[in-house]
Amino acid sequence: MITLHHLHKHFDSHHVLKDVSLDFPSGTVTAVIGPNGSGKTTMMKSILGLVTPDQGQITVHGVSAINNAASRERMGYMAQIARYPENLTAQEVIDMVKGLRQLETNGAMAALVDRFDLGPHLNKPMRTLSGGTRQKVGAVIAMMYSPTALLLDEPTAGLDPIASERLKTEIARHRDGGATVLITSHILSEIQELADRVAYLHEGRVLYSGDVPSLLARTGADSLQRAIAHMMTSANEVQA
Amino acid sequence: MMTRLLGFVLRDIARGRWVILYFGFFLVATEGLLYFTAGEAKTVVGLMNIVLMLIPLAALMFGTLHLHHSRDFIELMLSQPVKRFTIYSALYFGVVLPFLGAFVLGTAIPTAIHGMLTSPSVLSLLATGVALTLVFFAIAFVVAVKINDKAASMGMAFIIWLASAVLYDGLVLAVTVWYADYPLETATIAMVAANPIDLARIIVMLTFDYVALMGYTGAVFQNFFGEALGITVSALSLGLWTVIPFWIGARAFAKKDW
Repeated sequence: MITLHHLHKHFDSHHVLKDVSLDFPSGTVTAVIGPNGSGKTTMMKSILGLVTPDQGQITVHGVSAINNAASRERMGYMAQIARYPENLTAQEVIDMVKGLRQLETNGAMAALVDRFDLGPHLNKPMRTLSGGTRQKVGAVIAMMYSPTALLLDEPTAGLDPIASERLKTEIARHRDGGATVLITSHILSEIQELADRVAYLHEGRVLYSGDVPSLLARTGADSLQRAIAHMMTSANEVQA
Repeated sequence: MMTRLLGFVLRDIARGRWVILYFGFFLVATEGLLYFTAGEAKTVVGLMNIVLMLIPLAALMFGTLHLHHSRDFIELMLSQPVKRFTIYSALYFGVVLPFLGAFVLGTAIPTAIHGMLTSPSVLSLLATGVALTLVFFAIAFVVAVKINDKAASMGMAFIIWLASAVLYDGLVLAVTVWYADYPLETATIAMVAANPIDLARIIVMLTFDYVALMGYTGAVFQNFFGEALGITVSALSLGLWTVIPFWIGARAFAKKDW
């Protein structure tokens, strides 16, 4: 369970997060969506400890996540662009994270390498790998400790359809195993397929947080795409 | 934790072409100077000019650029259960150590072959080169952490190099000329201590006893402190020049939003 409580964040005079309070229950996939500049990246980075909020609290499974490296012990993160040290091999990058965590992966790493067909690429320098293969390395790093909180930023960007499907299967597997999964994506069909819940942000405020069927019922739309379009239009009209 | 991370950062940098080029440059430049110039003094003065100009420039440019290029990697590290100071230290020493190794080996191998490695002037040159590497990588990291825009960071790094390697000496000279009628010893020492390149130059030149080459500032240092004390004060000042920017950078890194 990840809880955000009255979160505020400014970048200079720009108020990026405005009193954001959200709960992300265990065993669910929540899609964090919103237009560019809505604050979703800042929110994700706040949970990861990359950004320190000005006000508010973040707890991950009951542990404060603000200025607390220990809160990330059971957290996995997959970045949108997987740029790792170019002269290290994929295996070395994975080993580096293993070295930092000092935990056993209990075979999960080998299984993930196998599922993502990374075996032939493990001993190649990162600079020689395609964007998609780097993303697979990122997926292995994020998931090899069977995290109880999994944060994925546009995870399927750059992946081929097979790898994309395998990643979705892995996400669902983690969700079914009780993990709290947060995902950002611009591909709404993918979100509809994966997400149990949606948190919609607009200009730093939470405009909707709840399950997907409730959102469809509330907006009268027959797809997530139309529901989101409806919310964006409404938000812009209110603003105007 | 830090040594584990440091090991991987070191491996990444050491395999890069820049470190090999850096090593090759010092190897060729040192051997060239030893081959074409007659006498230890001329060789070391020639090398000193390279060290004082090139090391700060290379450290500032590569250090700034490297930290900006490592942004995604830093975000990955920050998302792990690792303290920020550990990450910063590993990044700093992971970059500095391969460059130190390249400089020391590139300079020491030819001087050892020519039987000059154990001479005090060569040893002091190596020591000041090491100090300048530590100082200017620390400054580069402060610049890269404090300024988010890569182009602006690079611009600031270049301005710092230009100011400390080129403009500062002109300023010191101008002050000493303008206020020639006043006792300027203490002010000159303070001005020299404010520039790590001047400090490094004084350490090397004091080991030579070549006051004429040091200009007014070096003469003041030698007269005021005597050789041993002058070197000690300069070395301590260079130490502070390393520790303070490292500390400022680590604090900024700890507070930075990524």
